[in-house]
Amino acid sequence: MKINFKKLTKSKTLKRGLFSVALFFILWELSAKFKVPVIGAVPAPTEVLACLRREFFDAYYWYSWGTSLMRITTGFIIAQLLGVPLGLLLGFSQKTRQTIFPLIEIMRPVPPLAWVPVSVVFWPSAEMSMIFVTFLGAFFTVVLNIVEGIDAIDVRFLRAASSLGARRKDIFWHVMLPASLPSVLVGMTVGMGITWCVVVAAEMIATNTGLGYLTWRGYVAGEFPLIVVGMLSIGLAGYLSSGIIRRIGRRFTPWLTGQ
Amino acid sequence: MTLSGAISIKSATKVYDPDGARVLALDNCSMEIGPGEFSVVVGPSGCGKTTLLNAIAGFHALTGGEIFLDGQLLSSQEKPARPGADRIVVFQNGALFPWLTILENITFGPLAQKKLDPAAAKARALELLETMGLAGIALDYPGQVSSGMRRRAEIARAMINSPKVLLLDEPFRALDALTKTVAHQFLLEVYDRTRPTVFFITHDLDEAIFLASKVYIMTTRPATVKLVLDINLPRPRDFRLLASRDYQRLREKCREAVRTEALKAFSAGEREM
Repeated sequence: MKINFKKLTKSKTLKRGLFSVALFFILWELSAKFKVPVIGAVPAPTEVLACLRREFFDAYYWYSWGTSLMRITTGFIIAQLLGVPLGLLLGFSQKTRQTIFPLIEIMRPVPPLAWVPVSVVFWPSAEMSMIFVTFLGAFFTVVLNIVEGIDAIDVRFLRAASSLGARRKDIFWHVMLPASLPSVLVGMTVGMGITWCVVVAAEMIATNTGLGYLTWRGYVAGEFPLIVVGMLSIGLAGYLSSGIIRRIGRRFTPWLTGQ
Repeated sequence: MTLSGAISIKSATKVYDPDGARVLALDNCSMEIGPGEFSVVVGPSGCGKTTLLNAIAGFHALTGGEIFLDGQLLSSQEKPARPGADRIVVFQNGALFPWLTILENITFGPLAQKKLDPAAAKARALELLETMGLAGIALDYPGQVSSGMRRRAEIARAMINSPKVLLLDEPFRALDALTKTVAHQFLLEVYDRTRPTVFFITHDLDEAIFLASKVYIMTTRPATVKLVLDINLPRPRDFRLLASRDYQRLREKCREAVRTEALKAFSAGEREM
C-alpha cells in the first residue's frame, strides 16, 4: 500500500516535470514554424534533432567532447590537489591565513575569463593556457569554501574533542576535516560549474577544438542547428560532471543522507 | 566504591574584557563539591554558570582565584586547566560528532587517548551501549536518531572514559517534558552505577531538585553562591518523589531564592552570555 502511494506521487512529479519540458519544445517548434520575431530565428527542434543525428555519427563531434572533458578534468584535478590542502592550511593556521589570504583576496575578484589573454601569452601552448584558466575557475571556489567551512565549525565540536582527550593533530584529522567536508563538496560542485563556463569561453577564443569551439564553428559557418547542438551538449556535459561530483560526495558523507 | 573528584572552587573570579568594557562574570565565587556529589547549579540566565563550568573544563582561564580537583591545583590565573578526559563536558545543544556513528562517537575518547586499541574500544563501547539500552542505535548516525537518544548517547560517550567529573551544561534544555523525564531517569541510573562527581547547570528547578544531592543557587551577575540547599531525598529516586511533601518544601525554598535573583537580573536587563 505504502509503496504504491510512493510510486504514484513519484510518477505525478515526473509527469509535471515532463509537462513543462514538452510544452517548452512545442512552443519552440511552433515559434520557429510561424517565424515569431526573435525566437523564430532559432532553428526548430526538428532541425536540431536532425543535426544532432548527423553529429552523433561524426567522430569529430565526439572528439570535441573528449578534448573539453580532458581540459576540464585536468584543470579541475590540479585545482583540487592544490586548493584542498591550501584551504585546509588557511582554515587551520591563523598565521598562514594572515600571510596568504590577502593575496588570494586580490586575485580572486578577477574573473577567470579575464585571464585568458594573459595566459595565452605566458603559457607555451594554447592547451596549457586553457587548462590554466579552467584551473583558476575551480581553485578559488574550492579554497574559499574550505576556509568558510572550517570557520563555520561549531566550537562545541572542538571543545568536545579536546574534552575527550584529543590532541591538536587528532582534532585536525577527526574533527576539522570531516566537519568541513560538506562545504568542500559544495565548493567542488560549484567549481565544476564554473570550470565549464570558463572552458567553453576559452575554447571559443583560443583554440579550434572542444565543445565550445564546436558551437562557435556553427556560428561562423552559419550552421545554426549546430550552435544549438553545441549548447545542449555543453549543458549535458556540465550536468553529468556535477552529478558525478555529487555522487562521489555522497559516498564520502554518508551521515548527510537519510536525516 | 572509593569516590574521587572533589572540586574545590576558591574565590573564582572572571572578568571578560571585550573591547575594554569590563564585564564581571564571576566574583569571588566559592564552592566545595564533595567527591561523587551530584551538584546542580541554578541561577538566572547569563549569571556566569557556564563561565564556571568552562573554567573547570579547561576551555578558558580564570582571572582570579583557584580551582582544585582532589586537592591538586586545576586552574588558576597563571596556570589555566587543560581540557582532559577526567572532566568531560556534555553540551547544551549536544555535541555528538554528526559524521561518526553512535558507536564511533563512543569509541572516540578511548581511541584519542590511546587507552584502548580499536577492537577493544569497540567491544567496550558495545557493552556500554547494551547496559545503557542504546544497542539498537550503535550503527546509526546521530542525525538519524531522536534528540532524547542523542543526549543519552552523549552521556555514554562521556562515561566510557570513567571521568572523575561529569560537567553538564543544561543538557536537557531542548527536550520536551516527557523525553526529559526519561532522560533524568537515565542520567540517575548512570550516576548510581559509578558515582562520578556531577556538575549540572540548569534553569529548571524541578530538574534540579529531582537530580541533585546539593543545589547551588547563584546570584545574578557577577555570580556568587547565594544559597546551598542539601537535598536529602533518598536514592534511587523515581518520579513519585515529585509528589512528596519534602520535595514540595524544598522546591518552594528554591523557587523563592531564584525568583529574587531573576527579578534583579530582569530589571538589570541582563542578556545571555
